[in-house]
Amino acid sequence: MSKVIAASPRLGAAGVTAIRRDFRALHQLVHGKPLVYLDNAATTQKPQVVIDRVARYYALENANIHRGVHALSERATDAYERARASVQRFIHAAEPHEILFVRGTTEAINLIAQTYGRTHIGAGDEIVISTMEHHSNIVPWQMLCEQTGARLRVVPITDAGELRLDEYERILSDRTRLVSIVHVSNALGTINPVDQIVRLAHARGVPVVLDGAQAVAHMSVDVQALDCDFYAFSGHKVLGPTGIGVLYGKTSFLEAMPPYQGGGDMIRSVSFERTHYNVLPYKFEAGTPHIAGAIGLATAIEYLTAVGLDRVAAYEQELLAYGTDALSRIQGLRLSGTASHKAGILSFVIDGIHPHDIGTILDREGVAIRTGHHCCQPLMDRLGVPATTRASLALYTTREDIDALRTAVENAREVFA
Amino acid sequence: MSDLQDLYQEVILDHNRRPRNFRAIEGGRRAGGYNPLCGDKLTVYLRLDGDRITEAAFQGSGCAISKASASLMTDAVKGKTLAEADALFERFHHMVTAAPDAPVDELGKLSVLAGVRQFPVRVKCATLAWHTLRAAAEAREAIVSTE
Ligand SMILES: Cc1ncc(COP(=O)(O)O)c(C=O)c1O
Repeated sequence: MSKVIAASPRLGAAGVTAIRRDFRALHQLVHGKPLVYLDNAATTQKPQVVIDRVARYYALENANIHRGVHALSERATDAYERARASVQRFIHAAEPHEILFVRGTTEAINLIAQTYGRTHIGAGDEIVISTMEHHSNIVPWQMLCEQTGARLRVVPITDAGELRLDEYERILSDRTRLVSIVHVSNALGTINPVDQIVRLAHARGVPVVLDGAQAVAHMSVDVQALDCDFYAFSGHKVLGPTGIGVLYGKTSFLEAMPPYQGGGDMIRSVSFERTHYNVLPYKFEAGTPHIAGAIGLATAIEYLTAVGLDRVAAYEQELLAYGTDALSRIQGLRLSGTASHKAGILSFVIDGIHPHDIGTILDREGVAIRTGHHCCQPLMDRLGVPATTRASLALYTTREDIDALRTAVENAREVFA
Repeated sequence: MSDLQDLYQEVILDHNRRPRNFRAIEGGRRAGGYNPLCGDKLTVYLRLDGDRITEAAFQGSGCAISKASASLMTDAVKGKTLAEADALFERFHHMVTAAPDAPVDELGKLSVLAGVRQFPVRVKCATLAWHTLRAAAEAREAIVSTE
């Protein structure tokens, strides 16, 4: 990354141009057109430092961790544990052992459901989620409900795509055992009032899980200030590799939970009579983890931190305003998700054109967006649409990208005029 | 834009805007097709006289390709036996999955969908109605999907 961006308090066009140089994937032609990558909510591109770091690990440092006495193993172990410390600082956790490496948000939520859930939630108990959840924050709880006889309660949303806090308060009861809510909606962009959500749940002694998959790359997150009990995110949505993700859990919770999977590394001693589980965080990290992924994720986090999350957030807010205005000028276009507190996601439908057709036409213009239900089918039902078209922003997105999107959407309208 | 023009030909756009045989048929056979990822959802209705299709219709919502394909299909299979309709599906399937430069079989109006072969991810849209037709012909209850 160049000095230009490090110096300026605001992330301007020059800073973004410098950042874009770090992302080779952005500089290619697709169907003969310059790629306009607006599918960042699905996965972000990776800066060269991350790719290089992962390559260097495999080229020169590859070894299993926590096992060997030899130099490479020691170095790999050290890099892996430093990665954990980077994540700890990134989300402002109190302790490194509160950071568990998992495959991604999906595995993180399944882990909570199958460990905390199986031991603390029973028949007649209630788990509270919302209408705007990703399938990965619905299905693990449904599975838990089937296993335990617990019940799922769903907090409704307004037409603008905001959580109905009044309904949330009403739904919280003596039977509520857990609240699990998305921090930033991947389909609407809504930033939920997570501090209030946590406060209201804690007032009843109910722990809170936050799905931070769409938050961590776009705003600074402080799990201690939020006081949430669990926080989950995926590395690949925050400039890092696929296959690595994070579950943060407060020490007291993690200690009270049984292990998730059994195997090597998660034990202290094994005999056929009795096995003693390892201390945190290893109790939850059975088997050889994604070492390269964790190290790559740390590099991604350090990259993003060097740019500055507050600057990223401010920049993306400007872009969002620009994009909202640009798209609103398109006739027959309706934005899905117009919350007053929103992240860089522009989800929309156009009268008379199915999102799938828009997606194909945009793709031929080099514009990569996502169409479909975005793994939020209950939300689509609530919105009364089978699917939407979604453009999602990142720190390297430019106004030119938005202009290209708008032109491509106008072209699609012409095809269907 | 040329492969896009191949895909979204005027005939296809017209069938998307004004789908033919867009209605239910009471008392005949029917089956449902659903591609949840795209959000394409349709019901195909058949009236049979022995094994001859005397009437075919559909209802539902979806992308232009799935709707136009359903619309064209209901026109094309009317008057055919179930075996003839099945054979037509085979040829149609071949047409939309062939290599982009392969010659296009003469399939009458259905040939306008040959452009789909340049868009492999859209094959499932073009064939949803046909798979659903097959299910209706066989009086199968399960929802058909091509995803
Ligand atoms: C809000 C939200 N939650 C959870 C997930 C699941 O993430 P992953 O597929 O990386 O496990 C996603 C990403 O698709 C998401 O956007």
